[in-house]
Amino acid sequence: MIPLSWYLYFSAALFGIGLFGALSRRNAVAILLGIELMLNAVNVNLVAFWRYGDITMMAGQVFAIIVFAVAAAEVSVGLALVISVYRRRNTVIADELDMLKW
Amino acid sequence: MTPEQIIFLIVAGATLVSGLMVVSTRNLVHAALWLVATLFGVAAMYAILNAGFIAVVQVVVYVGAIAILFIFAVMLTRRDMRDSGPQHNKNWWAGAFVSVLTFGGLVALFQSWAGFSKTAAVIPSGFDAVGLLGSQLTSPEAYVLPFEVASVLLLAAMVGAVYVAFTRK
Repeated sequence: MIPLSWYLYFSAALFGIGLFGALSRRNAVAILLGIELMLNAVNVNLVAFWRYGDITMMAGQVFAIIVFAVAAAEVSVGLALVISVYRRRNTVIADELDMLKW
Repeated sequence: MTPEQIIFLIVAGATLVSGLMVVSTRNLVHAALWLVATLFGVAAMYAILNAGFIAVVQVVVYVGAIAILFIFAVMLTRRDMRDSGPQHNKNWWAGAFVSVLTFGGLVALFQSWAGFSKTAAVIPSGFDAVGLLGSQLTSPEAYVLPFEVASVLLLAAMVGAVYVAFTRK
């Protein structure tokens, strides 16, 4: 049997990788890729806690489905913003989008 | 080591390696394809966890829709997809430090928790996880309200995305 700790280590590592991508990438699309990795890590945790807790309580899977919906909403709005910014400013490099910086 | 553990380790290793490729590769189309590999690995993880429905939804929603959306976005912003120049900002080492610190903090937090090395209970025969999930998602005593709120959120996000990306003449 696989102990619960393995899943927690796996999802912590995946979360760390996603956090690195979100913090260090220059391209705005690549930042969103990192955020997707972090959301997936959270989902693995939710499903693992469902499996290792009381399996008749479906809260873990229900939360995973709601995270799917939130991830789809986040990525569609985020990519629409990136495309809109690209049309106006002709760049998707996050460092160059500094209109609000004085 | 049981076969189950060996399968877990192979899937976890492949997923983490493709996750690292997502954040480190130069070409963004390749990064999106590595993301597809990572998402398939996570779907396999759900299958190992006996959450078949979540695994299928992962493949349909993430691999089928979100990854394709990413590839479209990369292609529509192609002029900045140049392979020359740094792909990471100049504070990337600080980002790496924060990520390692987060990972270390999470691991330290786990180890102080009593239920950490718990093993899974055996699923009783005849247990219908998908049926139970469906009835809980539509039952007023359980999760029908969060489910409806999520669908309204998704609708609002789609309308907002169309509005933001729309070109006015």
